[in-house]
Amino acid sequence: MSVTRKDVEHIAELARLKFKDEELQNFTEQLNEILAYMEQLNELDTENIEPLSHTIEGGNVFRQDVVKPSLDREHALKNAPDEDDVFFKVPKVIPGA
Amino acid sequence: MLPYKCISEKKQKISSGEISLKDNVISFLNRIEDQKDLNAFNFLFPDDALAVAAIVEDKIKKGTAGKLAGMVIAVKDVLSIKDKPLTCSSKILKNFTSVYTATTVQKLIDEDAVIIGKTNCDEFAMGSSNENSAFGNALNPIDKSRVPGGSSGGSAAAVAARLCDVALGTDTGGSIRQPASFCGIYGIKPTYGRVSRYGLTAFASSFDSVGCFANSVEDMASVMQVMSGRDELDSTSSPKDVPPYPEELNNLNKKFTIGIAEEYFGKGLSPEIKLAVEKLLGFLNDNGFNTVKVTLPYSKYTIAAYYILTTAEASSNLARYDGAHYGFRSADSSSLIDMYRNSRSEAFGSEVKRRIMLGTYVLSAGYYDAYYRKAQKVRRLIKTDFDNAFQKVDIILTPTTPTTAFKIGENIQDPLQMYLNDIYTTSANLAGIPGMNVPVGIDSLGLPIGAQLLAGQFNESKLFQVAKFIESNF
Repeated sequence: MSVTRKDVEHIAELARLKFKDEELQNFTEQLNEILAYMEQLNELDTENIEPLSHTIEGGNVFRQDVVKPSLDREHALKNAPDEDDVFFKVPKVIPGA
Repeated sequence: MLPYKCISEKKQKISSGEISLKDNVISFLNRIEDQKDLNAFNFLFPDDALAVAAIVEDKIKKGTAGKLAGMVIAVKDVLSIKDKPLTCSSKILKNFTSVYTATTVQKLIDEDAVIIGKTNCDEFAMGSSNENSAFGNALNPIDKSRVPGGSSGGSAAAVAARLCDVALGTDTGGSIRQPASFCGIYGIKPTYGRVSRYGLTAFASSFDSVGCFANSVEDMASVMQVMSGRDELDSTSSPKDVPPYPEELNNLNKKFTIGIAEEYFGKGLSPEIKLAVEKLLGFLNDNGFNTVKVTLPYSKYTIAAYYILTTAEASSNLARYDGAHYGFRSADSSSLIDMYRNSRSEAFGSEVKRRIMLGTYVLSAGYYDAYYRKAQKVRRLIKTDFDNAFQKVDIILTPTTPTTAFKIGENIQDPLQMYLNDIYTTSANLAGIPGMNVPVGIDSLGLPIGAQLLAGQFNESKLFQVAKFIESNF
């Protein structure tokens, strides 16, 4: 599998990143080189192998569903780029509204 | 040089009045200033450190001090300390202040450690050379034209240059063991889940481990004992009991069996490193350890599986940096989507972007099974390799890195070459097992060589005991 420049533009859109022309070219080449290396996994027959998502295999971890104190509003807003003491502020979501 | 070798000796000398902890902190701060060119620290907390030192000195003399009293510790700038900056060496977290403290750091503070500052690292812990930092490169104190390794490069440089006693690092694929090797010091990555990740900025959540760097095995064991254990705030932390690592250091069972896997001694390994590790193996053999061959047939697939899985997890974890709630927000954005896109594009560095792109690709529709699912299956094969090997041996001995510290700029243009630096270290994170770097000599350029000790899950004690034997006798 190889990625085209168009694929890279699509991935950038999904990842909410944007790149200049030469960066796109560079990323396309680098991603292809890295993905070509990854291809070696296809040498392995993994048909009957269970995927491993967590190395310490055990049961689920449960806890009581009780409300405990958490971050208060003042602290939650402390690092906000823009806020009005109550809410985070962002640019308009609906254009023209 | 410091007038003590390890924490027990330091504490004793503070208690008898031979050393003043406050003067010791001042001398560390002076050394940091004198060696500013190493760029090991992102932030220093001199006032807090001196204030705590005075209190702790008093406690030591009264005999009421905690387990880490007297120890001066630096913290990698990916861990939260309430009311202190947290940047992950990224422009996107410039001006961010933590609103709570990481469990690991809180445990150190509760045992009377002095926190002196936060160390430089690769942006979001992504890198093997500390060259991906918004604060600039950290330098290797052994040779300043070379990298200290990464991603915990500042922590390794600080400990090697004696700018603190111990430094915390994090290890997702070698980010403690590789810089420890490049700087000639001890470094441990514990079993996944042994230490809480609460307050650690997530990179790849099923791989990330908090560990430490030290100049002695005792210091490393003391800090790991304090940091380990179940934390209600991290559901992946293990409830298993934590052994008293420092007290167990000399309870060595010399019948331990040491395994050697030929897969770790193949093409690409520096002959000088190979020789040094073989010399250590011969020494252990001569000193009553059994040494046997083991086989880890899936070793050649570790880098591919590692970079698929960790970039996938990273692309998801780093989605939170959108300029909305905290961190950098681009000044000129007319819509919400523009704000996300501009903020992320202007503030993430190129390696972080590369990994987000790769991770987004392997998780995207049509490729999930071919890459992500496939890599998860290979992860099981790699873990099973280790499960089988640890049926027969207590420890596996390998080189930590294929080369000694490389020159600044040497690998930066070639991401794949940079990734291959992690060829001996990513396996421990894929399998969730503990790994440690032990300094074992220098090469013909005078650069440190490291050996890696690996053990089965939750067998940190074996690593500490063998490392202690090597430290005392090799």
